[in-house]
Amino acid sequence: MSTTILVLIILALGVVGWVLGNWRARTSVNGKTSALHSRPGYYGAYVLLWTTLPALLLLILWSAISPTVVSSMVSSRLPETVLAGPEQTRALTMSTIGMIEKGLSRLSSEELDKTADPATDVKALLLSKGVPLAVNPEPFAVDAARFQLAVKNSSQLLLTASALGLSLFCMAFGFFQVGPKLRSRNAVESVALAGLLGCSMVAILTTLGIVLSMLFESIHFFSMVPITDFLFGTVWDPRFSAAGATNEAGGQFGLLPLLWGTLYISLVALLVAVPVGLFSAVYMSEYASSKIRLTTKPLLEILAGIPTIVYGFFALITFGPLLRDAGALAGLSISATSVLTAGLIMGVMLIPFVSSLSDDIINAVPQSLREGSYGLGATQSETIKRVILPAALPGIVGAILLAASRAIGETMIVVLAAGIAPNLTLNPFEPVTTITVKIVSQLTGDLEFNSPQTLVAFALGLTLFVFTLALNIYALYIVRKYREQYE
Amino acid sequence: MLNVQTSEIENRAVKLGTTDGTKVHAKDVNVYYGDKRALFDVTVNIPDRSVTAFIGPSGCGKSTFLRCINRMNDTIPICRVTGKITIDNEDIYDPSLDVVQLRARVGMVFQKPNPFPKSIYENVAYGPRIHGLAGTKAELDHIVQTSLEKAALWKEVKDRLNDPGTGLSGGQQQRLCIARAVAVGPEVILMDEPCSALDPIATAKVEELIDELKQNFCIIIVTHSMQQAARVSQRTAFFHLGILVEEGATNDIFTNPTDKRTQDYITGRFG
Repeated sequence: MSTTILVLIILALGVVGWVLGNWRARTSVNGKTSALHSRPGYYGAYVLLWTTLPALLLLILWSAISPTVVSSMVSSRLPETVLAGPEQTRALTMSTIGMIEKGLSRLSSEELDKTADPATDVKALLLSKGVPLAVNPEPFAVDAARFQLAVKNSSQLLLTASALGLSLFCMAFGFFQVGPKLRSRNAVESVALAGLLGCSMVAILTTLGIVLSMLFESIHFFSMVPITDFLFGTVWDPRFSAAGATNEAGGQFGLLPLLWGTLYISLVALLVAVPVGLFSAVYMSEYASSKIRLTTKPLLEILAGIPTIVYGFFALITFGPLLRDAGALAGLSISATSVLTAGLIMGVMLIPFVSSLSDDIINAVPQSLREGSYGLGATQSETIKRVILPAALPGIVGAILLAASRAIGETMIVVLAAGIAPNLTLNPFEPVTTITVKIVSQLTGDLEFNSPQTLVAFALGLTLFVFTLALNIYALYIVRKYREQYE
Repeated sequence: MLNVQTSEIENRAVKLGTTDGTKVHAKDVNVYYGDKRALFDVTVNIPDRSVTAFIGPSGCGKSTFLRCINRMNDTIPICRVTGKITIDNEDIYDPSLDVVQLRARVGMVFQKPNPFPKSIYENVAYGPRIHGLAGTKAELDHIVQTSLEKAALWKEVKDRLNDPGTGLSGGQQQRLCIARAVAVGPEVILMDEPCSALDPIATAKVEELIDELKQNFCIIIVTHSMQQAARVSQRTAFFHLGILVEEGATNDIFTNPTDKRTQDYITGRFG
């Protein structure tokens, strides 16, 4: 019986359990449900959980463990020559056996018996069932595959029996516990609570996993390239040499040109986004009539919904050449991909972040402060400049820091518009490159996974992560501090 | 002593061109919030250098009328005011009059203390700064000190003028707001339930302060507490459902009201 059908059967048993639990609860008090500790539905859910959860848990554990057990049973039957061979050969053999087993599972029992005879053309037989093999398999592989198939079949049989047995046993256990005194609501709710906790743990554990994997790969990288060379090197030139090469042939991995490019472009972007975003927030929250506000604010937020790749090719195809030609008219030589191109476009992308967050923060300044200021004869602009903006300042700084962390982590715009040359330059008209661009270029193409050329991406990712994390934490800290003032 | 005071009031009245000491005069004032009419033909004279209390049940229009006197209702887009309000015979709804100048002459203290998130000193210096009342730092210091003294707060805060105003207690914050209003040198001070967020001790201090301030200002106070109206005011106006029902000397209103509704309200039969 396949696992899917097994799961469906267990769930169907769960429904039966629900009905039974509900019924027993009602009859135990002769239909006077107010005499029950919990609402009847909770008794149903109680039995349902007993019926399904243990069996499903068994199923999950079995599916996690059985492949390892099966493969160790199979590999112990392999000939000495294969077992003593290198790791790769063994893995290859095991995967061939897997393929054969997949084919064997489609055969009828008479056909299966025939494969025991070494003379049979297994390759042709399996091809007729839609499983192509590269070479005619060796007899020991066919034998192992037959063994694997048999083990798997009995394992599945055992699983079906034990899961259904467990399910029925637990259903009975839950069913006979049902009575007016049973605190079924508390039990069901604690299971629900565990479910909620589990969902929140998924996000946390995923983050933790990503950080740890970046950390370990980075440590692996730093065992090949000294960390000081990475952090303080001024030349980025990874080249294309293989793993195990000396540092000379392996290229140089200086972070500084990339970091400089990242920060420079982010700075240009913020120089665009902060004034424009802030002033538009001031207009939206203080001056605009509610009609204008209601139509303009969603429009501005559409800007935040444009995929960054669209900004990127807009920068590459339209804005960059435009800037280059305008520069040529003014006698400046501006590359089509430059700090300025990427920075300006990224600035436009960030405007809605700054303006939307600042708008919320300015609106959160209590109306009583505005009235207090107007009541003293202050004009609207005096009120904004001297009362509202100072009161909102910490929150606005938080908004800007969040925008900055977005700018630092932004990828698609800079991939297309900033260039790929790792320059350490102050000239905003020259192309630079950023950390994110280099992560993309190091990981695309055919590269060995354990060469420094690839592993450096993890070190770069870790650097980026540390930067944006620090900025986010600082921004949240400031925003939280600001909130405390008015509560 | 009494004579001197009386003649001073007369002098001032002559100077201002009024004979009865009226500071604020309202005639047929109507207020609409969108289609809803909130005030009906309010006509009242408010004397200078005294405390006038507006009483009445919630939603009766007393705060709305108060906010007409410094045109604070202008900040509400759907609000419309008709009729005439004058201060010293000057129409405050005259289109040529700058509302900013008006609000400098008519200070306001709000229901909930609303100090700016700045230092105590900066809170008081805010008004004088924007109106350019002080030329030098010394003059500004002087204005801050006298304003805090007038608000009976100087002794409590003189050693911590640079602490944030929001760190004071509720009563101190409200007196800081009064000092802030006084610092601009207004002629009229509007108080919108200034003690409703304060405890009894802080209330007593603010009431004492109001009593002193009336020597220099025309004070109009909105209050829910009839005891407070009786304690601090010389004149009382009773509002009900947007209508000014009765207005007169506080003693008369509380001891001998002419209108049945006033009598019902002050004896606690509704409201």
